[in-house]
Amino acid sequence: MTVKKKISMTVNGQLVSAEIEPRRHLVDFLREDLHLKGPHLGCEQGACGACTVKVDGQIIRGCLFLAVQADGSVVETVEGLTKSGALADLQESFMRHNAMQCGFCSSGMLLAAAELIEKQPKASREQVREWISGNYCRCTGYHSIVDAIVDVLDARAKGQKIKPVLANA
Amino acid sequence: MNKPSDLKGMVLDPVTNDQRYIGHSEPRHGARRLLEGQGTYIDDIQLPRMAHVVFWRSPVAHMKIGKIHTEHASKMPGVLAVVDGVQMAKICKPWVATLGHLAGMKSAPQHALAIDRACWQGEPVVAVVAETRAQAEDALQHIDVEWEELPAVVSMETALDAQTPVIHPDLGDNLCFTRSLDVGNVDEVFATADVVAEATFGFGRHTGVTLEPRCQIADYNPGDRRLTVYHSQQAPHMMQDLYCRQFGLSESDVHVICKDVGGSFGIKVHAYPDDFATVGLAMMLERPVKFVADRLESFTSDIHAREHRIKGRIAANKAGDILAFEIDDLTAIGPYSMFPRTSAIEGNQVVNLVGGPYKHQNYRAHLNVVFQNKTPTCQYRGVGHPIACAVTEGLVDLAAQKLQMDPLEFRKRNVIPDDAYPCSGISGIKLEVLSHEQCLRTIEKMMDYPSLRKEQSELRKKGIYRGIGFATLIELTNPSPAFYGVGGARIASQDGATVRMDPSGVVSVLIGVGEQGQGTEGIYTQIAADAVGVPIDQVRIVTGDTDVTPYGGGTWASRGAGVGGEAVLLAAQALQENILKLAGAILNRPVEELIARRGHILDKATGEQLLPFSEVGRVGYFRTDTLPPGFSADLMVTRHYTQKDYPFIFTNGVQASYVEVDPDTGFVKLLKHWAVEDCGRVINPMLVNEQVRGAIVQGIGGVLFEECLYDESGLLRNGSMADYLVPMANEMPDIEVAHVETPTQSSKLGAKGAGEAGTAGAPGAVQNAINDALAPFNTHVFDQPITCEKILRALKKI
Repeated sequence: MTVKKKISMTVNGQLVSAEIEPRRHLVDFLREDLHLKGPHLGCEQGACGACTVKVDGQIIRGCLFLAVQADGSVVETVEGLTKSGALADLQESFMRHNAMQCGFCSSGMLLAAAELIEKQPKASREQVREWISGNYCRCTGYHSIVDAIVDVLDARAKGQKIKPVLANA
Repeated sequence: MNKPSDLKGMVLDPVTNDQRYIGHSEPRHGARRLLEGQGTYIDDIQLPRMAHVVFWRSPVAHMKIGKIHTEHASKMPGVLAVVDGVQMAKICKPWVATLGHLAGMKSAPQHALAIDRACWQGEPVVAVVAETRAQAEDALQHIDVEWEELPAVVSMETALDAQTPVIHPDLGDNLCFTRSLDVGNVDEVFATADVVAEATFGFGRHTGVTLEPRCQIADYNPGDRRLTVYHSQQAPHMMQDLYCRQFGLSESDVHVICKDVGGSFGIKVHAYPDDFATVGLAMMLERPVKFVADRLESFTSDIHAREHRIKGRIAANKAGDILAFEIDDLTAIGPYSMFPRTSAIEGNQVVNLVGGPYKHQNYRAHLNVVFQNKTPTCQYRGVGHPIACAVTEGLVDLAAQKLQMDPLEFRKRNVIPDDAYPCSGISGIKLEVLSHEQCLRTIEKMMDYPSLRKEQSELRKKGIYRGIGFATLIELTNPSPAFYGVGGARIASQDGATVRMDPSGVVSVLIGVGEQGQGTEGIYTQIAADAVGVPIDQVRIVTGDTDVTPYGGGTWASRGAGVGGEAVLLAAQALQENILKLAGAILNRPVEELIARRGHILDKATGEQLLPFSEVGRVGYFRTDTLPPGFSADLMVTRHYTQKDYPFIFTNGVQASYVEVDPDTGFVKLLKHWAVEDCGRVINPMLVNEQVRGAIVQGIGGVLFEECLYDESGLLRNGSMADYLVPMANEMPDIEVAHVETPTQSSKLGAKGAGEAGTAGAPGAVQNAINDALAPFNTHVFDQPITCEKILRALKKI
C-alpha cells in the first residue's frame, strides 16, 4: 500500500483536510470523499470535459489532476458556484434555451462557458463554438448551448441580467 | 414563447378544455437541478457495504479460454470475490436472442461471463469484486487467464464463404438472418427504364458514446430475498422481466430503479452480459455491487451499430418518375444477436424503409445478417433509418443528376402526395398520414433555395465548391405490439400512467416511460397540468421505478410523446372527471353544472369560483364521512394506452445540408443545416427542436467522423474519446428547424415521435451535399464516414 499524504485545500469556501493516496485524482477526491457529485466522469482521460472544476480561478480537468496537486489551492465546483450565484445568468439562459438534455455534461459546460465570459466578453458566435469545443455534449448538438452563452454575452454587454425562468402559473 | 401557430404549419384544435401548456415552449423546470450539479446518476449513489466490480475481458477477437488463475488476485487487499463463467452460470441462465416473427433467425446461447470461448475483444470473462474500485482494478492486473487465440471472422464480406470458420458450429454457418422481398416487375422495369443509376454504399460501425457510461448497482437483500437494481437504463420493466427470467425470480422479487440517465440513444435499452454478472455477484455476495464501465469498456462492450454494405440501384423514366428501387444489404452484427431485442431489426428496417417516401411500384430487397468476431451490434438511435435514407436519397440524387433534373423538383414529383393517405408503402409498410409535399415546400422557402443555388454557382466560378443536399425521410414511431410483442419478446408496447391528486390539490403522475434528457417529464408535466386543470408548478412526475409506476415499455422507437403522452392525457382527463364528480357530491350539484379550471371548481354558467382543489382534496381524503353513501372519491386514476391502429405511426420530414468541400484537402465545412419535421401535434416546440438538432448532430457524426476501426485480427484500434471522433461544437453548423403538424388519428393527443428523425436524415443530406459539391469533378463518395481521405481518393489526389 502506498503511504497516504496529508493535504488541505479550500473547496467551495470551506477548508478541507484529508489523508489520501497520492494517486487519487482530484475529481475522485471531490466526488468520493467530499460527496460533491456535480463534476462527472465521462472518459477519465481528459477528453470529454465532464469533470471540469476550477482550481485557483482556472478551469481544469478533474480527471487529469491529482488531488495532491491541489494541496493548498482554492477549488470550486458547480455546487459552490451555484450557491455563490456566479453561474446564475448562465443557468437561467441554459434553462431558457433547453441547453441541457441529460445534464451529464452541464457542470463542465457551465464552468467552461463562465470562463469564456470572463476572459472574452466580446466573443463572437464562432468563438463561443470554438471555446466550448473541449467539452463533449452528446445530446444537444450544441446549437442551444451556443445560443444560451451568446445571450449571456449580449446581456452582459448591455449591463443586464438574464431574467429568471419561472413556471407559468 | 413559441406556439405551434407561430411556427410553420397548421394550428391544431386544443386537446384539453383549458389548454395553456400543450403546444408551448415551456422550459423543463424539473431539469434545473441538473444545471446545479444536483442530479442523481448511478455513480453518484453510494450504498452501505457497496462493493465494486471490474471485469477481465477478452483481449482478442476470438479465443479458447483455458485455466483461469485467480489465487493471486483473490489475496489482494479488499478483494471480496473473483468469479468466472462456470460459477456465474450456476445462478444465471444463458439466453438466445431471436424473435419469432423474423423467420429463420438464429443465434447462439450467450452467458453473463464467457465459458470455454470468448467471441469478441471486450467480452467479459472474469469478474473481480473488491471494497473499492481502485482495489478491484489493482487485483484485475493479477488475474491470469490461459488462452489460445482462435481464428476470427472479421470481414463481413467473407463471413459466409465456405473457407471461413463458423463462429458457432452448432448453428451450421455464420448467417443470423436473411430476408428477401420482391414486389412488382423489378427486372422488367430496370431492363426497359430510360435511366438506371447504381452505387455501393458503405456505413461504418459506430456507437452511441453516451457521456455517462453504462452503469448499475445491484443490491440483494437476503432477508426478504429481494433484488434491487439501480440502473442507467431506458426500459426498467424490461430489465425487471429479464432478471426474473435469467435468475428464476418473480416480478415481486425484483425492483428496478432508473434515476438520472446520462444519455442513452438506444445504447441503454439492451441487456448486457455485465448487467447480469453484476446482479449475480450481488446475489452471491448478498451486498450491493456497483459496475461503472470505463471508457475503453464502453467502446468494446456497448452495442455498436450500422456496419452495412449496400448495393443499390434506381430506375426512372425520362419524364422524371421513379420506377423502381433494388438493394442488396449485407450487415454484420458481432458474434451474438443482442438480448432481448435482437440484432436483426436494423437490417430488417432497412428493407422496410428504402424508397419509403416515394410512390414507385417496384422494389426488390435482399438482406443478409452475418455473425463476426466484433462487438455485438443492435438498436442505436434511428435503427436502420439513417442507412435506408442515405441509400434512397443517394440513389434519388444520382437519378436526378442523370435526368438533369433539379433534385428538389425530382423529389416533389415523386413523393407520395399528401392527399394519398392512408396507404401502403411498396415494402408493405402502412402509412397513416404524411406531409412530404408540404415539408418540401416549407424547406424550399426556409433555405431560400433559389438564391442558395445562385450563390453556389457564382462561387464555383471562383473555385469554391459548395454543395446542397436533401434527404426526405420517413420514420416509424408509436410502435404497436407488432414490433416485439408478436415475436415473443416480453417488451411492452403499451404504457400506463397513474395520475393522483394529493390533498392540497397538487398532482403526481407516475409513468413507465422515463427521462434520459429528451424532456419526456417536461411534456408529461404540460399534458397533466392542462388535462387536470392545475398550474404547471403543481405537477410532479415520477418515472423509472418498477415498484411505483404502471407497467410500461420505457423509452424506445420514439414512443415517449405518442404513447406515454397519450397515457398521461387519458389518466389526467379521467382524474379531472373524478375531481368534478367529487366536487359535485360536496356541493350537492349536478356535475354538468361544474367545470375545473386552474386548480378551482367553477360554476359553468357564471364562471364563479366555487371550490379550490385543496378543498376537494381535503374532503376526498379526510372527510369521506360527509360524502353520500356508496360514493367513492377516486383521486387516483390509471389509464393505459396501446397504439393498435397501425403497426407503427410513421412520421416524415426533410432535411437539407449546405457544405463546402476543399478539393485540395478533402476537408468538409458544414455551413448550415435545415430540417422540417412533422411529428404530429407538437407538445413543446422548443423540446422538439432540440431533439431534432441533437439527433441531426449524431447523424452528422455518423456521416463524417464516427467509426469503430478494427484491425485485421478483429482488434478495436480507436477505443478512446481522443481517437474515436464525435462532433464537437466548432465543427457543427447552426441548425434551423420548422414544423408541420399532421396529427395521428390513432390517439386523442395526435402526437408522433420526434427523437430519431434527425439522425435518420442527416447522413443522407450531408452525403448528398458533399456529392453535389464534388459534381464538377464527376465523382461521388458513398462510403460513410466520408473522411477527407475518401474525398481525396475520389478526386484521385491520393
